[in-house]
Amino acid sequence: MASITQKEVEHVAQLARLDLTEAEKPMFADQLNHILSYVDQLQGVSTEGVPLTASVAHEEPVLREDSPRECLPVEKALANAPESHNGFFVVPNILGK
Amino acid sequence: MSLFKLTLKELQGKFTAGEISAVDIARSYLLRLNQVEPKIKAYITLTPKETILQQAKTIDDGLKAWRKTQPLMGMPLGIKDNICTEGIRTTCGSRMLENFVPPYDATVVGSLRTHQPLILGKTNLDEFAMGSSTEHSVFGPSRNPWNQKFIPGGSSGGSAAAVAADECVAALGSDTGGSIRQPAACCGVVGLKPTYGRVSRFGLVAFASSLDQIGPITKTVTDAAILLNVIAGFDPMDATSANRELPDFTKAVKKKDIKKLIIGVPREYFSEGLDTEVSEKVQDAIQVLQELGGTIREVTLPSTERAIATYYLIATAEASSNLARYDGVRYGFRAKESRDLAEMYRSTRSQGFGPEVKRRIMLGTYALSAGYYEAYYGKAQAVRTLIQREFDAVFQEVDLLVSPVMPTPAFQLGERLDDPLQMYLSDIYTIPASLSGLPAISVPCGLSKIGLPIGLQLMGRPFEEAMVLRAAYAYEQATDWRMKRPVIRS
Repeated sequence: MASITQKEVEHVAQLARLDLTEAEKPMFADQLNHILSYVDQLQGVSTEGVPLTASVAHEEPVLREDSPRECLPVEKALANAPESHNGFFVVPNILGK
Repeated sequence: MSLFKLTLKELQGKFTAGEISAVDIARSYLLRLNQVEPKIKAYITLTPKETILQQAKTIDDGLKAWRKTQPLMGMPLGIKDNICTEGIRTTCGSRMLENFVPPYDATVVGSLRTHQPLILGKTNLDEFAMGSSTEHSVFGPSRNPWNQKFIPGGSSGGSAAAVAADECVAALGSDTGGSIRQPAACCGVVGLKPTYGRVSRFGLVAFASSLDQIGPITKTVTDAAILLNVIAGFDPMDATSANRELPDFTKAVKKKDIKKLIIGVPREYFSEGLDTEVSEKVQDAIQVLQELGGTIREVTLPSTERAIATYYLIATAEASSNLARYDGVRYGFRAKESRDLAEMYRSTRSQGFGPEVKRRIMLGTYALSAGYYEAYYGKAQAVRTLIQREFDAVFQEVDLLVSPVMPTPAFQLGERLDDPLQMYLSDIYTIPASLSGLPAISVPCGLSKIGLPIGLQLMGRPFEEAMVLRAAYAYEQATDWRMKRPVIRS
C-alpha cells in the first residue's frame, strides 16, 4: 500500500497549506515513502473489534464551571500580532479587490 | 566550593540554613554560564544578567524581613522553550515563534514562580519538540557536555545539557515520545515523565495533545521528586489534568531498598538492535535491583515492535491538527507580500516551519486524509489499545518495568540527519510508556567505553510516580554513577 507519488505529496502539502519547492517535492516523496513503508507493518496486526484509543487520560475529563472570569485584555492579545488596527487583526484581502 | 556543582537538595540546604544568599547563587551560576554556555549552547534565550541579580537581591532583602523560604526559592532553573513564560520569548526552536512573547505563564511556570526561583533562561529543543537530537532547532544544536561532537538527545536536549553542564540546578522538559527520558540518558542526568494528566499542560505549546507531558530533568532522583512536588496537580485550565490526591513525592526517596517490589524485564526491550554496551550496563543495573531486594521477573509485551509505527501516525496526526494554528494571523511569523489570505497562509507556513516539522505535518495530514484515515490513523488508535492492554496485563503481575532508555548511547551530530526513519527508531523504548500514559524515569546506569552516559528506564502504573521514584532512588544510592560529572573541554 505504501506508495505516495509526488503528485500526492503536492496534494497533501496543499491540504496542509504548505508550498513545496521543486527540490522539496522529490525529497519529501522519498522520505514519506520510506516512513510509510515502515508504518505499513500495522496492516498485519489483527485489530478486529478492538476499540480505538484517542486519549489515555486515566480519568474522565473535568470541566470547570462556566462562569465569567477575567480574560486576556485586547492590547495583550494583539501584542504579538504581525499586523493590527483599532483592536483588530489585519489580514490580506480575502475576496480580492 | 563552586555552588553550581551542588544538587538542588544540597543548594537548597545551604540556602535555607542561611549559609549562602540568593545573590551568591546567582553570581556562581552567571560565572558558570559565561564559561560553558558558548560551548554547550543549551539555551535559546538567557535571562539578562542584571535581571537575575536583581531577582536574587529581592529574595535576599525579602528574607531579611521575614525569614521564610520555599523549596525552590533562589534556585537557578532552566525551562524548555516550548513552555510559555510571560514576558520571556518562547520560540519552540522555530522561526515561526522566533519573536513570540507569551502574554501568560504556563501553569507549571506560575507554580514555580510562587517559589521565587531564578529562571536563568529558556532551553533549546528540536523545533516544536519534534526530534531526538536538538538538531532540528532553528537556532542550531546543543552539544553533549560529555563530548561535544555528540548530540545531547532531544527534544529536551537543551534542558538535559544545561543540567549536566551545571548551567542550572534543575530544568523542566516535555516528553511526547521520550523527549525527557532520552536526552536525560544521553547527558547522564535524571529525567522523569510523569503520568499523563499528573502535570498540567496549560501553556505547553501543543505538539501531540494525547501524549505531551511536562516533567523534571535533574541531577538526582531526589531533585526530581522535589520539582515534581511543585509542578504536579490538578489544573482547571487543563481538562485532562487529573483531579487526584497528591502524595509528597519526596517521601518516596528515603528508603534505600526495594524489598517486596516485583520488577518485570520485558523481553522485547532486549532484542535485536540493542547495543551490546547498553545491554551490559542495563543487565548490571537489573542485578543491582535484585540485590536491593527486588524480585526480577521476565515478562513479555509483544506489541512493543509496533509502537514506533503507531506513535508516528498518532503523534503526526495530532501535530498536523495542532500546528494548523500557525497561520500568520494572530501571533508568530507572517510572510510578507502575499496577494491574498490563502497565499499568506501557505507562504507563512512554508517559510516559518523547518523540514522536520513540515515532514510530520504532511505525514499527519496524509494519515488523516480521506481514503487513508481508517487504514492509518484508525489502525494506529486500535494498536494503541493493544499496547495499553498488554501493559495493563503485565502490571497485574509486576510493580515496575525495567529497560534501557535508548538502544545506543548518544550518536554523533549529523549522523542521522538525512535519515528521518533512523532518527525515529531511537525512540523504541520510550514510546510505549508515552502511548499508554505511564510514568517513567531515566536514571544514569553507566558510561560507554568512549565515555558517553547510558540510561536505565523504570516504568510504573498510572499515578505511581512514587514507586518509580523509590526504585530509582534505591538504585541511584546503591551505585555511584551520579558522582560522575562531565569535564567540559574547550
